[in-house]
Amino acid sequence: MNDLFELLLRSVFLDNLALSFFLGMCTFLAVSKRVDTAFGVGLAVLVVQTITVPVNNLIYVWLLAPGALAWAGLGDVDLSFLRLIAFIGIIAAMVQVLEMTLEFHIPKLYRALGIFLPLITVNCAILGGSLFMVERSYSFVESVVYGFGSGLGWALAIVMFAAIRDRLKYADIPHGLQGLGINFVIAGLMSFGLWHLRGWVDAGGDSRCSVLLCDCSIAGPVGVMGTSLAGASR
Amino acid sequence: MQNNYWQILTRPLIDENPLTLQILGICSALAVTTSLDTALVMSAVVICVLAIGSSAVSLIRRQVPRSVRIIIQITIIASLVIIVDQILQAYAFELSKRLSVFVGLIITNCIVLGRAEGFAMRNGVVASALDGIGNGLGYALILIIVGAIREFFGKGSLLNVQILIPVSQGGGFEPLHLMLLPPSAFFIIGGIIWYIRRKRPEQVENPEFTLSPGEQAESK
Repeated sequence: MNDLFELLLRSVFLDNLALSFFLGMCTFLAVSKRVDTAFGVGLAVLVVQTITVPVNNLIYVWLLAPGALAWAGLGDVDLSFLRLIAFIGIIAAMVQVLEMTLEFHIPKLYRALGIFLPLITVNCAILGGSLFMVERSYSFVESVVYGFGSGLGWALAIVMFAAIRDRLKYADIPHGLQGLGINFVIAGLMSFGLWHLRGWVDAGGDSRCSVLLCDCSIAGPVGVMGTSLAGASR
Repeated sequence: MQNNYWQILTRPLIDENPLTLQILGICSALAVTTSLDTALVMSAVVICVLAIGSSAVSLIRRQVPRSVRIIIQITIIASLVIIVDQILQAYAFELSKRLSVFVGLIITNCIVLGRAEGFAMRNGVVASALDGIGNGLGYALILIIVGAIREFFGKGSLLNVQILIPVSQGGGFEPLHLMLLPPSAFFIIGGIIWYIRRKRPEQVENPEFTLSPGEQAESK
């Protein structure tokens, strides 16, 4: 239980998909002009992520992983190379189903999400979440927690980013830096803040992680985060 | 016509760079640039997928009904990416481990889908292939610059060849660990955008609103 809570906190803050892994950056930079649209996209990502990661987990464990087809008497078949196409198919299908369900049952939410729902299919945060789930071999329960946590983290990041951009309209920014340039710098500073949080947590908690953190010159941040998370989930 | 093709190939390099102007494909650009070799491999992969994907989409553009085109495009791109992923795992396993999930994420890299939807659906095969290569090169250009800066200042090396000797080994170079952390990629790309827009002021987005003269005086 404790492990699951740690996984949740990690996926929301430390392994934030947007700010530590840069996933879904295109959407992140493009639709964060206003806080309310950012909120809509964030909500859509949260919902889709919470559904697709566990579903993809089931698909992977029961159909695609090496030896997964043992229940059908095909123990030595390895279909894991099909996971990319299977996952993107599932995501597209899920988004479509979700869109129809919402339109039918909760039209209010459907209107709130608007055009962002179909765009979610090509948001790499969603596919990235599923791929990380495979890479770190989460169990089904863990993948539910991870799906929810990473979606929530992404939503939080985009809402905060939109709020900062909102305030920045009044700032006196050098001409060439206006628009995209300053957005990159803000996102960098936000990601910087999250890294500070990481050092803080790791120093107080697991000393193994802070050793890995110092060692990042070898593996690069992506590798570090992968290993430290694998260590944490074990 | 020759001239036209040349333009399709070269315009995405700086004038219509996918990263700095079209905001396409940023996720992977930030994550794989901790060192020059991963940036180079990623660029090569993206150029291949873009060129083949765009020409394939352009080839079948008259046969595909509009309503299912996105699914078909994604299927084409996903198949290409699976092939590339398998090749990388077979011949460069170390690199493919370090690129982690980001090869797979080329599927949702908006450059590929964006060019397929925005250009290849309306143009001939040759033009689409050139457009794919051009955009891939524009992407590669930024990736290589960022990768080189981050590796050089973060580790004092280029392509894993040590150029500056770090203090820990008796040299005079203090590695900047910040360069290897995610935020630095944002700052470097932000800086590149700033530089390009100083040279090409027409790329600057119009501000959403301007202060009235009274407010301007007040803010100064």
